[in-house]
Amino acid sequence: MAQPSPAAKTERLLNLVICLLYTRQPLSKARIRDAVPQYGETASDEAFDRMFERDKDELRELGIPLRIEPIDSFFDDETGYRIDRREYALPEIAFEPDELAVLGLASRTWQQASLAGPAATALRKLEAAEVERDTESLVGLEPRVRTSEPAFNPVKDAALRRQAVSFTYRKAGGEATTRQLQPWTVTNWHGRWYVTGFDLDRQAPRVFRLSRIDGAVKRLGKPGAYDVPADHDPLTMIDGTDSRETMTATVLVRNGAGNTLRRRARQHTDEDGEFTRLTVDFGDTEVLADEIAGFGPAARAVEPPELVEAVLRRLRGSIERNGAA
Amino acid sequence: MAAPESATARLARLLTMVPWLVNRQGIDIARAAAELGVSTDQVEADLALLFVCGTPGHLPDDLIEADWDGGRVFLRNADTIARPLRLGLDEATALIVGLRALAAVPGLDERDAVDRALAKLVDAAGDASEVSDRVKVALAAAVPSDTLSTARAAVAAHRRLHLSYVVASRDETTERDVDPMRVVSLDGNWYLEGWCHRAQDVRLFRLDRVASIETLDVDGTPPTGARPRDLDTDLFTAGPDDLRATLQLQPEAAWVVDYYPVESVERAADGTLTASIRAADLTWLRQLVWRLGGAARVLEPAELRDEVAAGAAAALASYDA
Repeated sequence: MAQPSPAAKTERLLNLVICLLYTRQPLSKARIRDAVPQYGETASDEAFDRMFERDKDELRELGIPLRIEPIDSFFDDETGYRIDRREYALPEIAFEPDELAVLGLASRTWQQASLAGPAATALRKLEAAEVERDTESLVGLEPRVRTSEPAFNPVKDAALRRQAVSFTYRKAGGEATTRQLQPWTVTNWHGRWYVTGFDLDRQAPRVFRLSRIDGAVKRLGKPGAYDVPADHDPLTMIDGTDSRETMTATVLVRNGAGNTLRRRARQHTDEDGEFTRLTVDFGDTEVLADEIAGFGPAARAVEPPELVEAVLRRLRGSIERNGAA
Repeated sequence: MAAPESATARLARLLTMVPWLVNRQGIDIARAAAELGVSTDQVEADLALLFVCGTPGHLPDDLIEADWDGGRVFLRNADTIARPLRLGLDEATALIVGLRALAAVPGLDERDAVDRALAKLVDAAGDASEVSDRVKVALAAAVPSDTLSTARAAVAAHRRLHLSYVVASRDETTERDVDPMRVVSLDGNWYLEGWCHRAQDVRLFRLDRVASIETLDVDGTPPTGARPRDLDTDLFTAGPDDLRATLQLQPEAAWVVDYYPVESVERAADGTLTASIRAADLTWLRQLVWRLGGAARVLEPAELRDEVAAGAAAALASYDA
């Protein structure tokens, strides 16, 4: 049998949707065949059956809630089909112009990312009722997210559907391993995408950078196969700074130097005209030591001692690696 | 051009398009096409298809009435599909995640509108809204809220801004007058883009490095030739005057090649990397190597390696004093 053109298929599916929305009673397959002209033209019962079964699945994949119900409440041996209008339709929601404006902004967040299409469609559905968007007020503000990682879509789908996956993961050092994961969340943090979840090989929660996933992401098992812990906080897991205490450091910076530190300092006091003594709050000794060591001779850690030690370690290391070979 | 639209994708698009058009009777066809993100020809082909669809019976009275004579679109007798289909999982996720990210922006004036929109959307999306919690976007938070709102207000009012701005790569604080163009969040940072009078060019300023910001009582309309950068190609395009250095990185410093623009990377069997890296000035490269401590050796240029060693020795000496 010749394949009907895509346009003919769209026409058939649209007529089917309209027919099933229109009917208040479930329709038997035979009635549907009569009601949708393109089905009437099918050559045989088998051809119609195959076509209808496929069409039904495709409508469901689009999220159209197709119901199967007994046609007669006294005899449940014959089933029919219909689409419940209330189940199908987006509930009536009235958005204020300023609400539509922020929805527009939320949708544009994805404009260069893989969810750009769904975001635009969602906005069109919400805007279907004629409301003017208040576009003026949000001039000049552009939040953006990118999803350049090929693993984004499959891993996002797996997290949304709670379905385990396996993938090849390349460590920073270059070593690649196959991992099996029950994804909990997909999170963009500092502009990078991460997946958190339960690592089935390590039997422990783990974080993975999506950019380090090589090749295809395979689905394992069925959707809805596990639960995401109710208290899971991906940012804490990614950041690794769980309930870390704030500490205070004293740092000397040469005049004109250490600008990022000066900007954050709680207190500045002039020190013999050449240096400024800064009081800086910090959470992570190693991170602050990186920053101070980066200023070379223009900055000196004074306290606490662990910070001083961490900076000295970097300076000695730099000399060792970069001294005369 | 992308692959041709599948029959089901077109159906989904039509089911979204019909309610949209039904509520905009008489809309100009070109405008409708632009807002729906398709060509005018496509809209005409879609209307022609709708025209032959309808409720069972398919007598003239049962069919959808589509009329676009004179370039104005009228769509009638489409009651069964006059309401949009519920939001799909990806659709709900995209908007809810976007709104939640906005809600976390410090000092956003529209915070109230965001909260109201989010509440309505979560309500409408049903189960999908709970699921969408599994995708999170953390836009940068490390910006004082008054910096963000001052910058935005200046964009809206076309006022010139005066900035004290920390150039981290050169370890300097600079004073600049800027005609603001937009405020953008990208890759985890907020930026003000504008015409910088000091550089005589369009520049992006990271808001967390703005030490102070002041709105001047001067018109801040950028020069006519000023164009915002295409943020999707690359935020930091290499300049012709860039310096090039070659670093040997120990495995613990391998993250460098993911974070900074590198021209080439070679991986040795022992896990060390040899990376060719570009930078606008030496200060930044020195900073990088010092902070990497013993995990990086400058292979080239030799002068940079000597400066790194000498600077570290001078710093070390100050601790002994």
